[in-house]
Amino acid sequence: MAMTYQEMIALAKAEIREIDPATLERRIGDGTAIVDCREADEFEQGAIRGARLIPRGLLESNIAMQIPDRSTPIAIYCAAGARSALAAKVLQDMGYTDVVSMAGGFGRWKSEGRDWAEPVTLTKEQKIRYSRHTLLPEVGEAGQAKLLDAKVLLIGAGGLGSPAALYLAAAGVGVLGIVDFDVVDSSNLQRQILHNVDRIGMPKVESARETLIALNPDVKIRMHNTRLSAGNILEIMSGYDVVVDGGDNFPTRYLINDASLHLEIPVVHGAIFRFEGQASVFHPYEGPCYRCLFPQPPPPELAPSCAEAGVLGVLPGIVGSIEAMEAIKLILGIGEPLVGKLLTYDALEQEFRQLKLRRNPECPACGDREQPPAIVEYDDLCMPAGTVARTT
Amino acid sequence: MTTINLPTILRQHTGGAKKITASGRTVGEVFAAIGSEYPKLGEQLTSPDGGLPIFVNVFLDDEDIRYLDGLDTVVDENADITILPAVAGGR
Ligand SMILES: [Zn+2]
Repeated sequence: MAMTYQEMIALAKAEIREIDPATLERRIGDGTAIVDCREADEFEQGAIRGARLIPRGLLESNIAMQIPDRSTPIAIYCAAGARSALAAKVLQDMGYTDVVSMAGGFGRWKSEGRDWAEPVTLTKEQKIRYSRHTLLPEVGEAGQAKLLDAKVLLIGAGGLGSPAALYLAAAGVGVLGIVDFDVVDSSNLQRQILHNVDRIGMPKVESARETLIALNPDVKIRMHNTRLSAGNILEIMSGYDVVVDGGDNFPTRYLINDASLHLEIPVVHGAIFRFEGQASVFHPYEGPCYRCLFPQPPPPELAPSCAEAGVLGVLPGIVGSIEAMEAIKLILGIGEPLVGKLLTYDALEQEFRQLKLRRNPECPACGDREQPPAIVEYDDLCMPAGTVARTT
Repeated sequence: MTTINLPTILRQHTGGAKKITASGRTVGEVFAAIGSEYPKLGEQLTSPDGGLPIFVNVFLDDEDIRYLDGLDTVVDENADITILPAVAGGR
């Protein structure tokens, strides 16, 4: 029996569930995969924020790769609700158990004044450059677009900052700010792989910029050739999505923590000592802060100065790479970031461990969201500044 | 016996050993036993007021003992203790 298009849609609608735009809007962020089944050129002119494009013609062939788990809640939409009804029927037939189609489509969504955006689309070159990312269902073109739109501030272009900067630039993070007041020295090159022998004597931020734009011209580098201080930290840090801490002294780490609580920017933390590393994510008010973990800096006998400590060069490579990974997870909103967890690494034992960190309700820094800590200057020597310890 | 994992900075007090063992029913008792064998290490694990050490964190398995029963936290047979200092290095 031959059917008209209208009859086919009516038949599909009888077998699927439809929701209105208001219902879909409430489900954004609850784990529902929002699929836009229009054509790419329609999608590029505007789509629901966070929706992923799988054109109707590629649905059957691509869905299993994009959404492997058939129990994933899926909300699908098109321009007016007809194509998405057919698409929802197909997904049900393929075994997807929780599929809904949005009645009225994107046209109704827009006319009801709901939030939408023009998705950042990748150029032809970018599609090739980032293809190993976009092949990952967890990233896709939408995730890559988020990376291209993200701003990350790296504190330090040294041991931890080098691998973090290289991988974040390679990943296509749109803006990388780099704070460092130092110049390249030959004793840096055993581990600081952003730099090279030709750059000895050059400010590290400039050397970093040369390396990074040669790796990926998509990335904008903002150089901050300065020492972080109470006077400049808020101005430097504001506007970034994530801060990657590759500093080398306690005063700076406490300062970054205080500023992150003001600006509510997550800080990816990394620290190294000889053969040992630590990494965590301090997400303001969602998890513990640095001061919840270490209420005050240790005395000198527990924290030798940078110069006397020594570090095996590969170690910051590993810990800095973990920091880059955590920053990318935060930007993409995927996986389980190291919030409330401290990863410790012992290179000689080849041992990773995870310790649980808790937010201290009495924490002098993050205990009261209405009153973030005052931004004060700490001892600016690369020595633990026990005298500046805050009292509760 | 409980195994205690030591960070690099404290291994100078144990002749370089990364892991030591000590007996005790609670974390406090384990620390007291450590103190009698390694007095210098013991000093880092006590505070002047007899409370928790100030500059290192103490984890029983993966839990911070500040959020358990502090030094009174009961140590079970298979648990291990990890001492965690703040580390600043990054360059
Ligand atoms: Zn805190």
